[in-house]
Amino acid sequence: MFTVLLAIGILVALSLVFGALLGYANVRFRVEGDPIVDQIDALLPQTQCGQCGHPGCRPYAEAIANGEAINHCPPGGQATIQALADLLDVEAIPLDGDHGTETAKRVAVIREDECIGCTKCIQACPVDAILGAAKQMHTVIADECTGCDLCVDPCPVDCIDMVEIGVTAKTWSWDKPQGIAATSLNIIATDRQTEVAH
Amino acid sequence: MQATKIYSFHGGIHPEENKAQSLRLPLGRPSLPSELILPLGQHIGQSSRPLVKVGDKVLKGETIAINNGFLSSFLHASTSGTISAIEERLIAHPSGLSDLCIILAPDGQDTWTTLEPLNDWQTLSKTDVLAYLSEMGIVGMGGAGFPTQVKLQGAHKKPLSHFIINAAECEPYITADDMLMREKALELILGIEILQHLVEADKVVIGIEDNKPAAIDALTSMIKQRDSKVQVAVVPTKYPSGGEKQLIQLLTGKEVPSGQHPADIGILCHNVGTCVAVYDAITFGKPLISRFTTLTGDALKAPQNVEVLLGTPVSHLLEYADSEPKKLSRLIMGGPMMGFTLNSAAVPIVKTSNCILAASKKELPPPAPEQACIRCGMCEQACPASLLPQQLLWFSKSQEFEKAEHHNLFDCIECGACSYVCPSSIPLVQYYRHSKSSIREAREATVKSDLAKQRFEARKARQDAEAAEKEAKRLARQKATPSKAAEKKKAAPAKAAPTVAAAPAATDESKKLKVDLAIGKSKLKKLQKQLLEAQENEHLEEISNLQLQVTEQEKAVALLEEQLAKTAEAAPTAAEAKVPKPAPAPVNDDIKKAKIDLAIAKAAVKKVEKALKKAEEIQAPEIEAIRQQLKEAQQRADELENALVNPATTIPKTETTAQAAPSSVDADMTKKRKIDLAIAKAGVKKAEKNIQLLKEQGKNESEIEASEWPKKLIEAQEKLAVLEAEDTTDTVAKSQAKAEPEMDLANQIKKEKIAVALAKAQINKLNKRLESAPEDADKINQDIAATEQRLQRAEALLATLIHSQTNTQENR
Ligand code: SF4
Ligand code: SF4
Ligand code: SF4
Ligand code: SF4
Repeated sequence: MFTVLLAIGILVALSLVFGALLGYANVRFRVEGDPIVDQIDALLPQTQCGQCGHPGCRPYAEAIANGEAINHCPPGGQATIQALADLLDVEAIPLDGDHGTETAKRVAVIREDECIGCTKCIQACPVDAILGAAKQMHTVIADECTGCDLCVDPCPVDCIDMVEIGVTAKTWSWDKPQGIAATSLNIIATDRQTEVAH
Repeated sequence: MQATKIYSFHGGIHPEENKAQSLRLPLGRPSLPSELILPLGQHIGQSSRPLVKVGDKVLKGETIAINNGFLSSFLHASTSGTISAIEERLIAHPSGLSDLCIILAPDGQDTWTTLEPLNDWQTLSKTDVLAYLSEMGIVGMGGAGFPTQVKLQGAHKKPLSHFIINAAECEPYITADDMLMREKALELILGIEILQHLVEADKVVIGIEDNKPAAIDALTSMIKQRDSKVQVAVVPTKYPSGGEKQLIQLLTGKEVPSGQHPADIGILCHNVGTCVAVYDAITFGKPLISRFTTLTGDALKAPQNVEVLLGTPVSHLLEYADSEPKKLSRLIMGGPMMGFTLNSAAVPIVKTSNCILAASKKELPPPAPEQACIRCGMCEQACPASLLPQQLLWFSKSQEFEKAEHHNLFDCIECGACSYVCPSSIPLVQYYRHSKSSIREAREATVKSDLAKQRFEARKARQDAEAAEKEAKRLARQKATPSKAAEKKKAAPAKAAPTVAAAPAATDESKKLKVDLAIGKSKLKKLQKQLLEAQENEHLEEISNLQLQVTEQEKAVALLEEQLAKTAEAAPTAAEAKVPKPAPAPVNDDIKKAKIDLAIAKAAVKKVEKALKKAEEIQAPEIEAIRQQLKEAQQRADELENALVNPATTIPKTETTAQAAPSSVDADMTKKRKIDLAIAKAGVKKAEKNIQLLKEQGKNESEIEASEWPKKLIEAQEKLAVLEAEDTTDTVAKSQAKAEPEMDLANQIKKEKIAVALAKAQINKLNKRLESAPEDADKINQDIAATEQRLQRAEALLATLIHSQTNTQENR
């Protein structure tokens, strides 16, 4: 009988100790803010284009945290969906076509001699990437432009073009090799084509 | 001279050397090509900035491009001649892409510019010497083209234990450094001595593979002759002993920790070519304009080493070495292990091109097909960086880049030893390169998105601040107006001291109220948003509920605003007491207030319109009610506008002169007209949108006709046209009536030009729409016709305007 009581006593004591410890840790190491929203936000491309149906990337991050689908961001494309899927441990799904399609990276370019200086595009640009003043020619700071498209529609004289950023030698990246399936299935050593080359 | 102890490094392979071919002939000096192509990015870091223009005449050795930032370099003309172009040309790069190049057409004279050697380098400060080296365009000639002065600066972080000169040249086929040491042993030793003077290392060692006996002899005898402290360390031949980290390990037994540079452990490494270039620059003032390059491969009849001017096209060199185009199957820049295939022989030799390998098919057969990894571990045995290549392959294939990084992917020197030994012929290095560039891309994207986020947030903060400021001003005005009225009623006694004392208290209260108000407003906004969402999603129960809440919240906000206005009375009264304002102020305030009210009313109209549209979309039953609301709101807006226009004109202006008054009436008129115009335009737009919407919903033409939108559209368009006509005729009349028409004319012309541009843009847009939606061709064609008319009108007007402008100018 005594052993049983002793065992119970020890267990109770242990649970109290660990409970207290956990409680303390909860207070001591409390995380401020909503870390998951921050993490999601960090994965989104921050184009702030609103194609996801939210007024910016962070609101969409909040919506994802609240259960919205992860495939509503066209600028991020499949890579972002994959990253979000990894983070949230859900399945990566293809991009939702209703919100747009993934396009190559682009920047806005203003045909400067046609600009009438109405400043409408400045007001539309979410990242302040356009430089200009009323009745003056406007221009886009290409390095700051996220290619969100938002300045194109407001322009009354249609002088803003979205131009694809071509690949330069500096931004070029190596292709992935084709892999096994793409080549042949010569599994036997004597089938290898190295010998044929003579 | 005591022998240096030689350590060893993990892995390594022994591929066929194939070095003898290119050493049979003596050093060659190819003739001048017909043009030299000098890429602006021959080094790591930012591309240089061109200093010359097309058509400029330059002399040999003249600076033609300067550095563009810290990690960049200078570029010099390799011979005398004319700059024929600055344009994109194919460059020697694995991507096969083009980059900006300066094209130099040689004049055949090869005249040197005046050279300014740095004879007093021993007495000058080291910074000056480094700056000089940078101006001479010297970069690392062994590998990536790292600007030499940057590397030397980095070496000052820590006292150096070793200064290692890399003469290992471990890669098969390449013998350029070997030839350089044979030809220029003295220059090399002198160059090393200059660099040693700059870095002051404890030990200076030349690391050289034992397969270059002639070079070793040349060096040792030269060292003996000069009684130099430089040591020669002969290392056994094993690929890749010429890798920087591998050579360091061979000579010092130390490993460069992952992610660090040799300078971090007190070691500096330079290529022999760089040392000779430093010597040439300091002693003769010659910038880096030529280099030793190996031309080799079975497809060349005369493989040899050449001293070649930078910018010489590879095709010129192939011709020089008697290439057999039939045999040539693959052209490689660099060696067979670490080089890359060239798709075109038009690319030029740059500062880092150490070898051109023109290989026959037999020499370099196409790679065998890749097969599955059998986990044999041979790659691990061969890897000189002690990595786990099969693991890296696994992660690269499955795109698990994070894990690849944890397995030190970035320590891979891309030597190709693993691919060489792999029995499954897996192109391992290609996988690593792909992963590395993907990771790099992702990092850049993160940097960019962080920047965008920062800017977005900064903008939002700014906008919020602006809105808050506006709001505060609005409130201030609001409380100013009633307070003055109150003041008049209460008359003079209020001016007494107690009011002044009460002022701070009042401000406190108003502050609190303001906060409450802000909170209330934000709540209201939220509710409105929810309402909108509910409407979109057709949650009818929610809609009515939310609407109730919205009205309540609106009431609360209104109440708060009223209170705020009341409490605020006291404070401005006090202020008034101290600083009596000029009489006309309240009148102006009245106008302002009226204007604000008008704006608010208009906003209300807009809101109701929006709601109406929504309701129509979902065929909600409350359409009629909303329409009624809209009408009322519109009425109110109209009333307000009238009120604004009339009193504004009748208000006695005490300060402004009598002459000024009419002009202000004028201005008001035009303003009003402009507003009308804008409203009309918005009406047209709205009607169009609705028609579009109906179409999208699949309604057929007759249904659309039945709805009132097309009618409305036409009405709105007519109204717009009338207004525009009025506007233009009016302004033209005015501008003609004006005493000083010229300025106005100019403005007018500008405006008309804009109108023309606008019309043109619209026609463009319509045409585009016509293409995409041929079923509405009729309507769109009508639109186009209307716009074209407008365009013609505008153009005609523009013509008359310009005509009258020239006339007035002539008259003068
Ligand atoms: S410039 Fe235009 S495309 Fe670029 S970020 Fe601004 S709004 Fe977007
Ligand atoms: S919207 Fe178009 S016209 Fe207006 S400032 Fe921008 S680029 Fe110029
Ligand atoms: S050598 Fe090739 S087959 Fe062997 S473990 Fe490495 S990758 Fe796999
Ligand atoms: S290429 Fe990279 S992984 Fe392969 S052997 Fe060389 S250092 Fe090791």
